[in-house]
Amino acid sequence: MTRFLFDVAWRSAWNRRFTLALTVCSIALSTFMLLGMERVRTDVRASFTSAVSGTDLLVGARSSPVQLLLYAVFHIGAATNNMRWSSIEALRERPEVKWVLPLSLGDSHRGFPVLGTTREYFELFHYGEQQPLRIAQGRAFDGLLEAVLGAEVAESLGYGVGRKIVLAHGTGELVTAEHGDKPFTVVGILGRTGTPVDRTVHISLQAMEALHVDWIGGAPLPGLHVPAEALTGRQLQPKAVTAALVGLHNRAAVFSVQRQVNEFRAEPLMAVLPGVALDELWTVIGTGERALLLMSALVAAVSLAGLVSVVLASLNERRRELAVLRATGAGPRHIVLLLALEGFGVTVAGMLLGIVALAVAVAASAAWLQSSYGLVLQLASPTDTQWLLLVALLAAGWLASLIPGWRAYRLSLADGLSPRV
Amino acid sequence: MSAALVEVRDLRFRWQQTAAECLDIAELRIERGEAVFLYGPSGCGKSTLLSLLAGVLLAQAGRVALLGQDWRAIPPSRRDRHRADHVGYIFQQFNLLPYLGVRDNVLAPCRFSARRALAAAQRDGSAEAGAERWLAAMGLAPELWRRPAGDLSVGQQQRVAAARALIGHPEVVIADEPTSALDEERRDSFVTLLLEACRASGSALVFVSHDHRPATRFDRRIALPAINRAADAAATA
Repeated sequence: MTRFLFDVAWRSAWNRRFTLALTVCSIALSTFMLLGMERVRTDVRASFTSAVSGTDLLVGARSSPVQLLLYAVFHIGAATNNMRWSSIEALRERPEVKWVLPLSLGDSHRGFPVLGTTREYFELFHYGEQQPLRIAQGRAFDGLLEAVLGAEVAESLGYGVGRKIVLAHGTGELVTAEHGDKPFTVVGILGRTGTPVDRTVHISLQAMEALHVDWIGGAPLPGLHVPAEALTGRQLQPKAVTAALVGLHNRAAVFSVQRQVNEFRAEPLMAVLPGVALDELWTVIGTGERALLLMSALVAAVSLAGLVSVVLASLNERRRELAVLRATGAGPRHIVLLLALEGFGVTVAGMLLGIVALAVAVAASAAWLQSSYGLVLQLASPTDTQWLLLVALLAAGWLASLIPGWRAYRLSLADGLSPRV
Repeated sequence: MSAALVEVRDLRFRWQQTAAECLDIAELRIERGEAVFLYGPSGCGKSTLLSLLAGVLLAQAGRVALLGQDWRAIPPSRRDRHRADHVGYIFQQFNLLPYLGVRDNVLAPCRFSARRALAAAQRDGSAEAGAERWLAAMGLAPELWRRPAGDLSVGQQQRVAAARALIGHPEVVIADEPTSALDEERRDSFVTLLLEACRASGSALVFVSHDHRPATRFDRRIALPAINRAADAAATA
C-alpha cells in the first residue's frame, strides 16, 4: 500500500510537472540565496581572519589593539606613534623570541600602501592556513630602490617586472608630495593570497629611510637635496619603525612576552595577539553580516509561502483525484500522507537543485569575485550553519506542505465521495 | 450472518445544522446479492444517500448499517477499512486516476484492502489476474490494459471503473448515475455488463439514475421521493 501511495504520488506529481517545476525553482532559489549568503559570510570572515597567521604577537606604540591591527596587518589608517629601532633590537634579544619583522608604513603608490620591511618578510610572513608568500615573478628586493608588488597592485595597474614606479608621501587622500627624485624598479610580483598583502607595495626599510633622508616633518627640506646615487654610502639604518610582527619559539610563552612588552621601560609599547584583535574588529563589522542572514531568511519565507499557495491552488483541481482515491479505499490519513510526500519531495528536489546551482555559480564566478572584490569563495563542504539552514528549510518546506494536506483532509471529509467542483 | 446487507432505520440527515433536512427515511433494507434501482429527480438526495450507505457521510440520527455494522458506531479509520473491504464505488464520470495505467486503476482497491486482495487472489490466483479477468469481462481488449487510463474514451473508462468496483468481490457495488455520460446504446450495454458481473461476483448492486428506462431489469425499484419524508420540504425549499 505504501509503495502504491509512493507510485501514485510520483505519477500524480509527474502529471502536474510544469506547475510543480515552478515551485521547485522557487525553493531552489531560496536555497541558493540562503546558502550563498552563508557561504559569502563565512568566506568573508575566513579571508578576513586569514590576513595573518603564524605571527604570535603584533607590537607597536601604545594605542588600541584594533588600531594596531588595522595599520600593522590591513595597512589602513596610520600609527599615532612610532616605535624606536632600539626596541626592535631589545625584542630580538629575548630568548623566547624567534623572529621579529619590523614594519614601516606611511607612503603609498596610487592609493596602494607601501610597506617597508626586511627581506625575511617573504619567508616569515604567513597567511591563511600557515601558507608562506610566493614570489610569482622575479625575485625579492635586493638593491636599495627595488620594490616587490602584491598581486592586485600589479594586476590593476598593469605593472610587470622592470617597471619604474614613483612612490608618494602619505596615504590615501593625504598624498602631499611625490618622491619623484628616487624612482623604484619593480623586481618581483607576489602570488595572490586574498589578503591585504595583495594590495601592498613592498620595499626595504633602508629604502624607506632613503626616501625621507632629505625630508623633515613630511616635506622635502629646501636646499638639501640628496640624489639617489649618493645614498648608498650614507647611514641608512632606520631609527624608528611603525610596528613589528613577532614569532616565538614556543607559543606557550605568548602571554609572558606580551606582559614584558607591555611593561617595557624605554618607551610605551603594546603587544597584541592577532586572533584576539581580529575577533574584536569582527564584532564591530559583523553587524552587516547578520543583516545579510536576515535578508536570506526573508527570501526563504517568501518562497515557502509560494510553495503553500501553489499547492493550495492545485488542490482544487485535485479534489476529483482525491475523491477517486477515497472511493477506492484510501482514508483521509492516506490523502494527508500523499500530500506530505509530495511536499517533501518537492522541497528536497528544490533544495538539491539550489545546492547544485550554488556549486556551479561558485565554481564559475570564483575567479571574477576574487579579482573584482577580493572575495575568495570556496567550494567547501557545508558549514555547521549551512547544515542548520538546510535542515530548517527542509522542515519549513515540509510543514508548509502540511497546510494543504490539512485542507485536503477537511475537504475530503466534507466532500464525501462526490466533490462539488 | 442473518443481518441484511444494508439496513437503514429512522435516518435523518442535513448538510448543515441550519439547513433544512435533506433525508428522513423510516426504513430501507437491501439484501445480499440484490440488484436495486434507486431513482428520483436531480437534487432529491440520491448521491447523499449513497454517501451515507458507504459510510462517507454520517447521519445525525438513526441507524445506517452495512453488514450489521452501524457506521456511526466505529472510529474513522475502521470506517475506511470497512468501506474499502466491502464497497465498490462507481461515479458518474472521472472515475479513474488518469495518470495510472488501466490495470493499476483496477488494482487500487486491492492496495488499500487486504481482504479484497485476498479474495481476488483466491478466485484468480493473483490480484493482477483478477484485474485482468474483470477487464476482460467488461469487454476491454488486453491492448488497453497497460495504457494510461486518461487515454480511454468515456465509455471505456466507465467499464474500467466497473471492473475496479468489482475486484475482490465486495458485498455491494454502489453506482451513482454511471451511465449519464454515455450515449444511449452504450448505456444499455453498460447496464447489461454491470448486472451480469454483479450476479457473477455475488455482489449486491445499488444503481442510481434519474432515467428509469433500465429499471425493469433490476430485482427491485425504489423511488427515493416515495420513502424520503423530507422530500416535500426540500421540494418547496
